[in-house]
Amino acid sequence: MKKTKDQIINDVALSFFWIAAGLTVAALFAIIIYVVVRGIAVVSPTFVFTWPHGVNAEGGIFPTIIASIYVTALSMLIATPIAVLAAVYLAEYAKQGLAVRIIRFAADSLASVPSIVMGLFGFAFFIETLGLPLSMLSAALALSLLMLPIIMRTTEEAIRGVARYIRWGSYGMGATKWQTVSRVVIPAAMPRIITGLILAMGRAIGETAVVFFTMGQAVNLPVIPTDSGRAMPIHLYLLAVEGINIPAAFGTAFMLMGLIFTFNLLARLISKRYKKVD
Amino acid sequence: MEKNQKVGPSSYSEPLVDNPALVTFFIRHLNFWYGDFNALTDVSLDVRKHAITAFIGPSGCGKSTFLRCLNRMNDLIAGTKVEGTVLFDQADIYGQGVDPVDLRRRVGMIFQQPNPFPQSIYDNVAYGPRLQGIKNKAELDAIVEKSLDKANLWKEVKDILNKNGLALSGGQQQRLCIARVLAVQPEVILMDEPCSAIDPTSVQKIEDLMHEIQDQVTIIIVTHNMQQAARVSDYTSFFLQEVAGEPAILVESGPTSDIFTNPIDQRTEDYITGRFG
Repeated sequence: MKKTKDQIINDVALSFFWIAAGLTVAALFAIIIYVVVRGIAVVSPTFVFTWPHGVNAEGGIFPTIIASIYVTALSMLIATPIAVLAAVYLAEYAKQGLAVRIIRFAADSLASVPSIVMGLFGFAFFIETLGLPLSMLSAALALSLLMLPIIMRTTEEAIRGVARYIRWGSYGMGATKWQTVSRVVIPAAMPRIITGLILAMGRAIGETAVVFFTMGQAVNLPVIPTDSGRAMPIHLYLLAVEGINIPAAFGTAFMLMGLIFTFNLLARLISKRYKKVD
Repeated sequence: MEKNQKVGPSSYSEPLVDNPALVTFFIRHLNFWYGDFNALTDVSLDVRKHAITAFIGPSGCGKSTFLRCLNRMNDLIAGTKVEGTVLFDQADIYGQGVDPVDLRRRVGMIFQQPNPFPQSIYDNVAYGPRLQGIKNKAELDAIVEKSLDKANLWKEVKDILNKNGLALSGGQQQRLCIARVLAVQPEVILMDEPCSAIDPTSVQKIEDLMHEIQDQVTIIIVTHNMQQAARVSDYTSFFLQEVAGEPAILVESGPTSDIFTNPIDQRTEDYITGRFG
């Protein structure tokens, strides 16, 4: 049977969608496969658990892994309480109006500030103005600026997503607003809040520009927050850009992607578990 | 309890029931607005203590709205306004200094959609007592068991108290919500179409438990189902919005047997006999 004009248009449009979707997936897989193929040969227990040594940074990347995890954890500690409290306020307490719209617009704008600018600001403010050292603390503070809007918006959406009739169940038995929010709404929103937190962590651990300005580059094993260090993305950058040790750069990239992939997987698992009971 | 007293059309200013101690809710000339829309007008009614009162009427007749006036649940909806008198246990619930939170503890509510919290069965029932500061495990255990038992759910869940309340069937969830409300020992339970979204077995169990707890709790039930109103209630009130966009009224109230067999108002008779709605 001869195809009508509409059917042909439909087929053409459909094939464009397929190509677009295919390109997206292909790009992702190309990157993953490339990094895995070139990185996996380098990765070994020695690579993960020992220090780099020599002019060509042979050996392992252990301190950079620790520095990355350290700074990410610290920035989460700083950003999470502020962002979650702000989100609870915006979603539950604030009178919806101009002020709230301005706060939301500010958060969205903050989220779209280029990270190199955030790094410059972090350097100018935390290090030059406040006099903090190049350290885990300075980097964590600057990173938390980056994470604040991400956590705040996902938390706010999660809280708004809790059905009205669940809140009414609590109010309907004589709970106050705070009791309802703290004992019913936030626990009900928790899986989605955690998902947001984990995605923010993934963003922080891969962040390069901000830590480049604020953490220093020395290969230290950070112990206290004012210690400096070298995060994995910086290590990767320095190894690659100066051509010092390309295989180790790919090994680092592999480890970094592995960590982020693990975070994302965790986020999916948690949100999936949530959907099961929803 | 005297059941032969007739409560006629709304426009009373004198008490409809002689003895105020028998009246849980004394409502006079209640008007209600959603924004500019006058949803209910001039509702007057006495709700008998320790009786089951049913509110019936077609969809959109304001019966659920009226129900929510009784525990100030409508306060949670922006732009609503109430006028008139609502006395609960002879005290004005819209008076100055009345805390709606305290009112809602005494006047609990069950909703059409079962709404357990996404927590364990135990934590759902212990929620209210914990709000009141009860921390003792043995005491909480006892309240949880007693409340679930009253709600005809204990036998089904006694071995799975740590399971998420949302894992139960719809009918079980609704009984869990009833147990959760019973755990705070309210004086009144408002039920807003509690059986319209659940299975027949659970409906039966809920109707049974309503009769079982009637001597401790005053129950007001909004229902679409006239057979249910006839089965479970002692008193019935018929609400009607005659013209779309106009406020609804309370057409007639009285003992359920009278409303269903011998209504005063022609509109009530038309509704009962299925001529509309």
